Amino acid sequence: MSTARRVLLLGGIALAIVGMCHGTWYAVFAEHQALDRIGESLASAFTLASERNFAPVTTVLAEYRDAKYAHERQVDAHGHWIGLAMLLIVLGIAFDRVALAEKQKLALAIGLLAGATLFPLTVWLQIFSHGSVPRALTVASSALMIATLGITALGLSVKSSMFSRNND
Amino acid sequence: MIFGDIFAVFVLHQNAARVGAELSAAAQAALAGDRSSVGAHFRDVGAFLENRGTKVDTHVHMIDFGYLALLLAVLQPWVALADKTKRGFGWMFLAGAGLLPVGVFFIHYVGLAYSPLRAIGWASIFADLGGGCVLLATAVYLVGLCIHFRSPVSVPDGLLELRTKAGQRLLAGGLILVVLGFAHGAYYAATDLYRQEAEDHEILSRMVAGSASQDAVRVDAALAEYGQLQGDKAVKIAAHAHIIEFGLLAMILAFFQPYVNLSEKWKLRWVVVLLAGSVLLPVCVLFELRFGLFAGGLADVGGLMVIVALVAMWIGILRYTGRLDVGAEIAS
Repeated sequence: MSTARRVLLLGGIALAIVGMCHGTWYAVFAEHQALDRIGESLASAFTLASERNFAPVTTVLAEYRDAKYAHERQVDAHGHWIGLAMLLIVLGIAFDRVALAEKQKLALAIGLLAGATLFPLTVWLQIFSHGSVPRALTVASSALMIATLGITALGLSVKSSMFSRNND
Repeated sequence: MIFGDIFAVFVLHQNAARVGAELSAAAQAALAGDRSSVGAHFRDVGAFLENRGTKVDTHVHMIDFGYLALLLAVLQPWVALADKTKRGFGWMFLAGAGLLPVGVFFIHYVGLAYSPLRAIGWASIFADLGGGCVLLATAVYLVGLCIHFRSPVSVPDGLLELRTKAGQRLLAGGLILVVLGFAHGAYYAATDLYRQEAEDHEILSRMVAGSASQDAVRVDAALAEYGQLQGDKAVKIAAHAHIIEFGLLAMILAFFQPYVNLSEKWKLRWVVVLLAGSVLLPVCVLFELRFGLFAGGLADVGGLMVIVALVAMWIGILRYTGRLDVGAEIAS
């Protein structure tokens, strides 16, 4: 089996395990508390409004915004890690059907694994820093993922059309 | 998928309407200065959101575990463990993959009844246990794969060496769907994600300010905008998720095409039906806000096309295994 396929298969399963560990940790230790915080802050804002006490509302709604922001990124990181991991496994199984040289395929496999690891990681890092660095890293890693996947799709399509021509 | 279709038709839209109605009632109660009703309405909003969230999670986890099981099945010849061990962990994977969605489904109904923990109920505990089983089984298969890669013995695998036209088309078509889904996701993140998050906070602030200043017009306008925003967000995320999931499914099905015992012509037809449905559903979901039920109905047709094509391929695999059984009986 080629090194490129090994990178994708082992990397994909390892990434799926990372995503599952993250999901289990979040479900057991943080999710219920996060959902409670989102609901309670929103309910508090409306309760304060009903009491015509508008002064603390801004703080309470900011709590709601921050809790929701963090929760959505946790869920996104979990979902994307596992989704991308499964994609790496599928590609690992089918990678010898990509019409490229072995060296190019290895570079492509490393690019795919790097993109699949970094993209959810940078989404997760956005919880801790609302600045532009994690967002820029997210854009860069997603661009890497799309570019490598586009090249793989092209390589597969070329091989697929060659296969169809040979069988017609 | 069948659970997802039933959920979309009978629960999702009705539930969204109830959440909207309860949020509206909470805002109206705040407007009227009725503090106790605000709390009651928010409890209902929480319950409806939990009902919706757990059903979405059930649907997503069931499908993803199914995909992972299929992928691990394809990899089995390369997992260097004893057959008995592999079978045992296979059962553990399936038990966990069944337990987690069922546990998640019951979270809304069981709640915290008789739970030894403050925040987590029995249904969540069983769901987490299911997740742990899947995690352990996957980790063991990874170890088996590592052992295989360290040994110089090469294992031939007939399934992966067989290639069919239908399989090649599914593989290329599936990957193109995934790339399209990624491109759409990147576009959504760049143009909508942060704007929608800012709008969510800004609209709620206006709603609360309107309630505090007893400005009914402002509250109503904010409620309408909030509904629009949630709908916009939901359809874009659903389109992104579905096109990628269908692409992945098409790619996985490509490996099983040699085992689909149908004529080549019919195999290619079902590939076309599956790929067409995989495009139709997400595209129509995207247009749901503009064209309403018409687009929603077409999206359901797309989902149905995928299910029908999947059932057809499944029947093809059953015919293949049936032929093997008959062959074995004749031989014996």
